Amino acid sequence: MGIMKSLRRNLSGFLKKLFNKENARIGIYGPPNAGKTTLANRILRDWTGDAMGSVSNIAHETRRARRREGVNIRANGNSLSLDIVDTPGLATKIDFHDFMGQGMTEAEAKRRAKEATEGVIEAVKWLDNLDGVILVMDATEDPYTQVNVTVIGNMEARDLPLLIVANKIDLPESSPSTIREAFPQHPMVSISALEGKNIDTLYEQISKRFG
Amino acid sequence: MDLLSEDKLSMMAPVEKIRFIIDEVKRGKILVLEKGLTPQEQADLIEMTMTNIDPEDFSGIEMESYPTKSDNSILGKLFKKGIRTRLTVIGPANKLKTLRKDRDLITALVSNK
Repeated sequence: MGIMKSLRRNLSGFLKKLFNKENARIGIYGPPNAGKTTLANRILRDWTGDAMGSVSNIAHETRRARRREGVNIRANGNSLSLDIVDTPGLATKIDFHDFMGQGMTEAEAKRRAKEATEGVIEAVKWLDNLDGVILVMDATEDPYTQVNVTVIGNMEARDLPLLIVANKIDLPESSPSTIREAFPQHPMVSISALEGKNIDTLYEQISKRFG
Repeated sequence: MDLLSEDKLSMMAPVEKIRFIIDEVKRGKILVLEKGLTPQEQADLIEMTMTNIDPEDFSGIEMESYPTKSDNSILGKLFKKGIRTRLTVIGPANKLKTLRKDRDLITALVSNK
């Protein structure tokens, strides 16, 4: 049963690659506050003049996945059309007290926590419907989080392309080399999504990995 | 704390395994899984954890495992049998806290709140 499912999935991926009939659907994943929506906004502003959603210093600002279809990126002399899915931050725990610590009332904090749990579920479900993942990590934080391990493991198990983005290199305490050493088997680009630093290198890598 | 052998978990269906882990962790247990969970099972566990979060009672889990290792042989890739899972620690978020983690070492603090 498992073998048949695996073969079907491989065949489906092979046919999709062979005929390339649709846009590659790329999910932007990562833990809360890694800068996923800031990156999605940067990509959309650069290539469509639009934005994906609001950003905040309070975790779980994005609590519903947002999809933007047909984003045309040009790099390395190629044009690539992507469907970009900005997913809610993945987490294994959500405590409403953390939101109260950010100044929310108890009712607001509980509502945000409830919505955040639904967002995590939605993000997990999207893993089954993607052609590749951009995994955003906060370069000022320890990269060995369970969220990172789980997303990378799922991409490897599905044999789907993964691009790691070490974000927030505008901050002096950032250490993208720690991320590179943690996951040396995957390509990584160091950027500041906020300032646009190194963003052209990211587009070149996106074109290379998902084109 | 319960140390669970690979044999015990391998006798369970995937959904049964996830349910068992959630139930034990909600009861306050810390579980050490000899063989860990597959990436898909980890994702399923995160999903089921979210459905069980209760503001007054259960804020989620702390789960720590090492990065998986892949078998890049043709057969391994073809049948997706190449992912080698590794030891995993799972516990209630209010009792288990990871202090440090790298490719081959996890340092955690267990409290008895």
